[in-house]
Amino acid sequence: MNTSSHYDVAIIGAGMSGLAAGIRLAHFGQRVCIFERHNTVGGLNSFYSIGGRKFDVGLHAMTNFVRPGVKGTPLTKLLRQLRISREEFALCEQKQTRIAFGPHGETSLRFTNDFAVLEGEVAEKFPAQIDGFRRLAAAVRAYDDVSLDAQPVSARALVRQHITDPLLEHMLFCPVMYYGSSSEHDMEFGQFVIMFKALFLEGFARPFDGVRVILRVLLDKYRAAGGERRMKCGVKHIVARDGRAAALLLDNGDEITADHVISSIGAPETARLVHSGHRLQPAPVPGRLSFVETITILDRQPADLGWGSDTIVFFNDSAKFDYACPEAQVDPRSGVICIPNNFDYGPGQQLAEGIFRCTCLANYERWAHLPEETYRADKLRWYAALQKSAQRFLPKLPVPDMLTHATVSTDMFTPRTITKFTGHLGGAIYGAAEKNRQGRTDLANLYLCGTDQGFLGIVGAMLSGISMANYHILAKA
Amino acid sequence: MTKDDCKKVVLDIIADIAPDEDLTNVKSDVRLRDQLQLDSMDFLDIVMELRKRHSIEVPEADYIQLASLDSCAEYLTPKFNALSAKS
Repeated sequence: MNTSSHYDVAIIGAGMSGLAAGIRLAHFGQRVCIFERHNTVGGLNSFYSIGGRKFDVGLHAMTNFVRPGVKGTPLTKLLRQLRISREEFALCEQKQTRIAFGPHGETSLRFTNDFAVLEGEVAEKFPAQIDGFRRLAAAVRAYDDVSLDAQPVSARALVRQHITDPLLEHMLFCPVMYYGSSSEHDMEFGQFVIMFKALFLEGFARPFDGVRVILRVLLDKYRAAGGERRMKCGVKHIVARDGRAAALLLDNGDEITADHVISSIGAPETARLVHSGHRLQPAPVPGRLSFVETITILDRQPADLGWGSDTIVFFNDSAKFDYACPEAQVDPRSGVICIPNNFDYGPGQQLAEGIFRCTCLANYERWAHLPEETYRADKLRWYAALQKSAQRFLPKLPVPDMLTHATVSTDMFTPRTITKFTGHLGGAIYGAAEKNRQGRTDLANLYLCGTDQGFLGIVGAMLSGISMANYHILAKA
Repeated sequence: MTKDDCKKVVLDIIADIAPDEDLTNVKSDVRLRDQLQLDSMDFLDIVMELRKRHSIEVPEADYIQLASLDSCAEYLTPKFNALSAKS
């Protein structure tokens, strides 16, 4: 057993943030090893194969897209810091996104990667609000969202200083919360700013082959820089001694030591690993927000169903958007539709099959403990309910049961799936409601990166790994 | 090493960390920050690459010496020469 080995830095979790931290550290000569319990990299943004098909999980679209030449944004920072050229990600832009509110999406706001489109839509549909909307955008632009020591402020309260029509307020919060909020009803203004910029001021894009392209680039960089990784080898315990993470006990019984430990698995998840009578203080509370997602593979392009314009649709069937853990298993009143075929892949380029994904809020507790048979039956029932709910917000099909006829394969993940494959407690994709910007824990050489550090989206996740590696290790080396 | 060699070393590093910047007309006597889009993360990278590639240490208190190519050359050239004298 105990084949002891020592690293400068041990990283727990091979998700986007862990890989990014690893690249930085290895590039600058640190001896780094990433420990990953699962057999694939990517964490919450990964992919899997069923029946010869590759499905992306997590990623609908990469947010924070800016065109070449735009500098000083998260995407450009991350490319520079990881020495990645834009061509390597080969990002293709979205066509358009809609925010659709009302029983059949009667009020809608369109946006693209050109902010003027959203401005124009607000001016047309909410003429009395456009000045306030512009003031809000200016406030967002002026806000220092990467500050590591900002004080928390309510986003709802701040937005209401500029937007007085509740319908517009809810419509703006809907995509912002769905794509990153770990807290219910309201969010911290700094988090709102990150998402507002990522979605509206910047935009959506995706590599033709999806998230695995980004993961492949990260892995190649990490390997080339000399980083090590151990797959199917999670960290079972962090052994605390004298206020430090003295050793890591691995799933296979080995024990390793490291000068520094970066954990990307979440704050409460990390706290649970700390042993030797030591408890991380204050004890972080797992997030309450989880999701179900249906994935439907079609034998034709979505455009053939009349669904060729929208890349993403954020929907809510009333004027008031309720972002909270539902009482029932799923809340189908609101959700996100993603049609990955509707990115602009260039002339003659299209995905081989049609893909239609739909995501809704879900309650972890109501999925977690079901007997297998009930679990499967509930998945089937909710699959149908989500399809039905989502179709209210898409162009009417030429023939009513056309979607069923076009379907060749389906899959669905639930909060239980998320916890099973990522280890995130409560299926909480966006982690704990409380973020820890500095990534410090009360063990002096143990730091957090990833979703619980508080930069959001996949670009945010990578920047989080970069920032924590820079701040705690490289700047002090 | 001459001061011009030293400027070249710094420019090579900037070209690698910020390949999206046009470095053809960088003025030696103007602050790098005023003519290129470089933030604190990029400056940290210049320092780190100096250490990695040339074993040159720049303590945090001296970061200000890297403001322009001229000040880089003033500050770094003696360090480069001291290092090559030692080896």
